[in-house]
Amino acid sequence: MAKHKTPLLDQLESGPWPSFVSDIKQEIEHRYANPKGVDYQVPAECPDDLLGLLELSYVDGETHWKHGGIVGVFGYGGGVIGRYCDQPQKFPGVAHFHTIRVAQPSGMFYTTEFLRQLCDLWELRGSGLTNMHGATGDIVLIGTSTPQLEEVFHELTHKMNNDLGGSGSNLRTPACCLGESRCEYACYDTQELCYQLTQEYQDELHRPAFPYKFKFKFDGCPNGCVAAIARSDMSFLGTWRDEIRVDQKTVAAYVGGEIAPNAGAHAGRDWGKFDIQKEVVDLCPSGCMRYENGKLEINDKECVRCMHCICVMPRALKIGNDRGCSILIGAKAPILDGPQMGSLTIPFIKVEEPYDEIKEFIESVWDWWMEEGKNRERIGETLKRLGFAKLLEVTGIKADPRHVQEPRHNPYIFWKEEDVKGGWQREISDYRVKHQR
Amino acid sequence: MALVFEEAKAKIIEFINSKAKSKSKFYFNDFTALFPDEKGRDVKKILTQMINEETLVFWSSGSTSMYGLAGAGKHAEGED
Repeated sequence: MAKHKTPLLDQLESGPWPSFVSDIKQEIEHRYANPKGVDYQVPAECPDDLLGLLELSYVDGETHWKHGGIVGVFGYGGGVIGRYCDQPQKFPGVAHFHTIRVAQPSGMFYTTEFLRQLCDLWELRGSGLTNMHGATGDIVLIGTSTPQLEEVFHELTHKMNNDLGGSGSNLRTPACCLGESRCEYACYDTQELCYQLTQEYQDELHRPAFPYKFKFKFDGCPNGCVAAIARSDMSFLGTWRDEIRVDQKTVAAYVGGEIAPNAGAHAGRDWGKFDIQKEVVDLCPSGCMRYENGKLEINDKECVRCMHCICVMPRALKIGNDRGCSILIGAKAPILDGPQMGSLTIPFIKVEEPYDEIKEFIESVWDWWMEEGKNRERIGETLKRLGFAKLLEVTGIKADPRHVQEPRHNPYIFWKEEDVKGGWQREISDYRVKHQR
Repeated sequence: MALVFEEAKAKIIEFINSKAKSKSKFYFNDFTALFPDEKGRDVKKILTQMINEETLVFWSSGSTSMYGLAGAGKHAEGED
């Protein structure tokens, strides 16, 4: 039976969606009953006090968590986030309630054995509450005490072949879509690139030296299942530089109604006969398609990789053969300066082992940001403050029309004095020869 | 010029102590400013070594990380 009355939280359970309150109540019952006879290493009342504390925060309209601390595991500057409650007498179960971030497997492929091990470990040494997964992608283990941190870390690394994720001013746990393992749209092996860069940048992941957080995300195609373009400081978006492969016979089969569009999705109601003009051609954002005399034509030079036509007719249209990725810089959520989408920096790069070209680019970007970035400034903000042209200069990338988002929006051409004949100085009398006052 | 650990360590500790009245935690950039001719990565190696020998400790808010002398500043009960 729960210790605390929680009328305000109970109300949350009445909504149409599954409620975290119900989930925590379930764990409260489970911990008090303790059917497996677990020797809990943090108080059994931990989830109970968590709800009690949250109810108090709802009543008071302010948080009762103290933020941050020196908790961590030896040698690591990330992966553990210290949390302490400011009412420890009333809620002893959550006096310490640290969060542990654990690296998720690439593409989030789990074995049931791993999940069982993880749940058993967290039942024994933590609150039993998890968040699968956090915004960055990590497995988030919510709530344990300081003495349990090294124990959990030892189990994770020695018995489960896993590691802590990133937090603080570190490289955060890189995240990828499931890529070529399950998806025909993947333009590169997202899992492999994610894994290789995670291994390469272990020091950046575990020992903080950046001005602020830094996130890598890997999307195999512009559909963006991990939303790299919106959420990561450096986004790797799969793309191709040749043509979309069109199988005209299969296009005809879609038009003739033999194959369901959208791979049969949205089939819950009758939308009428598939209309390729209305549902595909007219929706092309750059207007680079036409369907005439039973033939679908695409002007690939104008294609902006919106993926719509491919998603509607996946059996007829396929991604090109010359594949790689685009790299964008600077996306972030609205922390200080409003939300920002990534800025296209490298329009196309091949993704091939040993990924030296990509690593060289990453390191040049980091060197610049570590030097110029202010404390708690995301790279997108540094980019905005110092200008896109500066980024091109430090990374040695040539300016390209594709860097311009829209005319007059983010101009990158700024003449330097040495590039201008005669510099900035001029004789006004020479000017007056041709121009009257 | 390569950094010599003992010299760099002394300089870092002196810097932290000089600010001890007003601050107990420092950003990474505060230390790179002490060694303007060195690369950030070399300064990081010194700091990591000082962490490993437990002279310094990491402090993290969850979103930002800082460095401080072990035992300095206020700590929650249970932290050491």
